[in-house]
Amino acid sequence: MCATCGCADGGRTRHQHDDGTWYEHDAHGHDAHGHDAGHRHEHDGGQTVTLAEKVLARNDALARQNRDWLRDRDILALNLMSSPGAGKTTLLERTARDLAAELVIGVIEGDQETALDADRMRTAGCRVVQVNTGTGCHLDAVMVREALTALDPPDGSVVVIENVGNLVCPALFDLGEARRVVLASVTEGADKPVKYPHMFRSADLVLVSKTDLLPYLDFDLARCKADLATISPGATVLPVSAQAGDGVGEWYAWLRQRIPARAGG
Amino acid sequence: MHELAIAESVVDTVTQRLPGAKITRVHLEIGALSGVVPDSIKFCFDLATEGTTLEGATLEITEPPARCRCRACGAEFRPDPPIVLCPCGSADVAVLGGEELKILSVQVA
Repeated sequence: MCATCGCADGGRTRHQHDDGTWYEHDAHGHDAHGHDAGHRHEHDGGQTVTLAEKVLARNDALARQNRDWLRDRDILALNLMSSPGAGKTTLLERTARDLAAELVIGVIEGDQETALDADRMRTAGCRVVQVNTGTGCHLDAVMVREALTALDPPDGSVVVIENVGNLVCPALFDLGEARRVVLASVTEGADKPVKYPHMFRSADLVLVSKTDLLPYLDFDLARCKADLATISPGATVLPVSAQAGDGVGEWYAWLRQRIPARAGG
Repeated sequence: MHELAIAESVVDTVTQRLPGAKITRVHLEIGALSGVVPDSIKFCFDLATEGTTLEGATLEITEPPARCRCRACGAEFRPDPPIVLCPCGSADVAVLGGEELKILSVQVA
């Protein structure tokens, strides 16, 4: 079998490249022409067409456009992910209130239904666009592009994309964000990073949230940190409590350091 | 269930690349570290292809194993997905394979 196009050996084959040119060869010597473009091979019972295309190529291309659009405006976009109820909105509410004097924070709220989180963030003083995904379990780059157009964030601002509460699907979809922030609340148990490694592997920052509840729980913070060091060695890990305020200073410092307008001078 | 979204992306890509062509077979590559479950794709494929030029197509899936190189000890190894940890204990590894999520080819009637 031809390793490049997957078609069977034997007999003469002719195939057509995307530019319309036909090639003929036997035993699949593919040296004479490039395989970058998709091409067709004729065989009995049908024609095999090589696509060799990433399944998420379209999403990835749109995510790149979002990233360029944001970069051109010196906007820091964060993709905030966690399971439902880990405290994404509560942390964002506190962040928006505490940093109101120094940062403009716009929020894209992803939920299957309702505008409850959007209402909370609007009350906290943010410009908000709610995206309801219906049965969808994650945001994708198209939804974010439309939301960015509606949000119209000012240059030099911060856009937080609060993804649908889910530790599985959002990990796969690039939205065009500069950084990925994943929350793991102490009430969920210390084993979440091990159980959902795809999500945590993709994180730039892991916030271990609701630490004010640690005295009431059997949560091994040291074990959680050790697991994260294994699964996501590149990620920064910060324990925070949006309720009590513990650790929020470190989170704000992390955030400030990543704002492009400031980093650029 | 992002596998439905993945299956729909496959349908979108194939119908855009080959508009109007009746597709009889789809060959996907789904790596062990891709975060996509081949069985779930099989489950969603019929649903996603219904009413499209891919309806009734056979689905073939190649599953490349996870392959890594340890930056600490230099060893190449096959980790036990989804945790990519070198037998030497280091987590500082480069993923060489297993993250593929591709449409390799399709067969047109």
